[in-house]
Amino acid sequence: MAKTALQFQHNGRDVAIFVDGGTNLLVALRELIGDMTPKFGCGQGGCGACSILIDGELHLSCLTLAETVAGRSVETLDGIKEGPNLHPLQRAFADNFAAQCGYCTPGMLMAAKALLDRNPQPSRAAVVEAISGNICRCTGYEPIINAVLAAASGGRARA
Amino acid sequence: MSVTVRTFTSTGEAAAVLSSDRSARYLGGGTLVMRALNEGDISISTIVRASDHALTRIDATGSRIIIGAGVTFARILAERDLGFLHAAARSIGGPAVRNMGTVGGNLFASIPYGDFTVALLALDAVVSVQGGLGSRDMPIEEFLQTRERQTGTLVLSVSFQKPASADAFRYRKIARIKPKGGAVITLAAHLPVSSGRIAGARIALGSMAPTQIRARAAERALEGRTLDAATISAATAAAVEGIAPADNALASGWYRREVVGVHLRRLLSGQE
Repeated sequence: MAKTALQFQHNGRDVAIFVDGGTNLLVALRELIGDMTPKFGCGQGGCGACSILIDGELHLSCLTLAETVAGRSVETLDGIKEGPNLHPLQRAFADNFAAQCGYCTPGMLMAAKALLDRNPQPSRAAVVEAISGNICRCTGYEPIINAVLAAASGGRARA
Repeated sequence: MSVTVRTFTSTGEAAAVLSSDRSARYLGGGTLVMRALNEGDISISTIVRASDHALTRIDATGSRIIIGAGVTFARILAERDLGFLHAAARSIGGPAVRNMGTVGGNLFASIPYGDFTVALLALDAVVSVQGGLGSRDMPIEEFLQTRERQTGTLVLSVSFQKPASADAFRYRKIARIKPKGGAVITLAAHLPVSSGRIAGARIALGSMAPTQIRARAAERALEGRTLDAATISAATAAAVEGIAPADNALASGWYRREVVGVHLRRLLSGQE
C-alpha cells in the first residue's frame, strides 16, 4: 500500500514523515517521530492519555487521522519544558504529588495546558471540567486539580 | 491493515465515492471512524473526507438555524446564539472530544452516545444529505430509522426552527460519571406554547431504544394542555408507553423504564 508524505510542526520543529493510510497521529508520533510522551490508553477516546494540542486546541491523537495535521502545529508534552527547566505545570505536578504511576500525566498536563493557555486563572470547577476527559486510576484527581490551581496562581498555595 | 484516504474539495465528489463504495466511510471528527479503525474494523477500507467550508458553517442569525455537519461541539459552545443547545453540547465527552466530535457524526453515534441527536430530534430537525445522485432533505426521524443505510450518504447539515423561548427547549442527560460519561438516559423536550397551551410538543429520548426515539404517548399527554402538575403527572405516567429499552453496561432496561418517568418529571417541571 502506498504511503503518504506528511509534513507538520512537531513542538515547533518541522517534521516530514511517510504514513500508511489510516495511521493515527499517536502511532505517527510514537513510532515514526519517536516522541513517546503521548500514551496509548484505550484507542476509543475514553481515557485522554494520548491528549495533545493541535493548533493550540486539545485533541486526542489516537482518534486523529495523521494526515489531517498536514501543515498544522502539533504540541506534545515533550515540547512544553522551557529549555532545561520544567514547565510551571510540570513543577506544580511534582510539588503536589499529582503523578503516581504517571501514565495519565502527559495527557493531564496537556489538558491543563490547554485550559491555562485560554484561562490563566481558572476556578476549581473549570479545572475539573478541563481534565474531565482524562482518566487517572491512582491519585483520585484531587492532587491533580490542586496542582493545576497551584500552577495557575504561580506556585502559591490556593485555598 | 491499511486504508485509502481520499480527500475532496467538493461534497459532491465525496458523496459519489461514499455511495459507490460500501467499504467507504466519511471521516468527520474521527471519534467514531478512527475508533472503529483502532478496534480493527476491517469493513472500512476507504476513508473519505471533504474540505468544503459549507460543512463547517453555522447560520444562527435567523429563526431557522442551519448547522453544518462538520461543526464541532466546541464551536456550538462558542456560539452565543445557540445558547439553548449548550447544555446538550457540554454533556458530550471531555474538552478534547468536544473539539473533535461533530454534529453530523453524532447522528451516527450508537448507544450510549448520540446525546446531541436527542436534542435535534426534539427540535424536529431536518437532515440534509447528499447521495450519489444529488442532495435531499430528510426529517430526522426518517434519517434515524434508516441510519444503517445512511453510511453511503454524506450528511451536509442539520436545520431546525429556533425555539421561541429559552423555556421552550429543555435537555437533561443522566450519566453515572460527572461531568462526563455515557448516558443512562438522555431526554430533550421542545414545548412550544400557543395562547397558554402546549402546541406541538416533542419529547425525545436517548438510550431507550436502538436509536433515539420520541416518547409519543407522553407528547400526547402534553398536547393542548397547560404545563401544570396534573399534565406533568400524566406525561410522566405515559413516558414508557410502547418503549422497551435494552440492558447495557451502564444500566438495565428495567432500571431505565423505572426512572425515565422520574427524569421526565424533573425535566418538565424545570428542576435541576
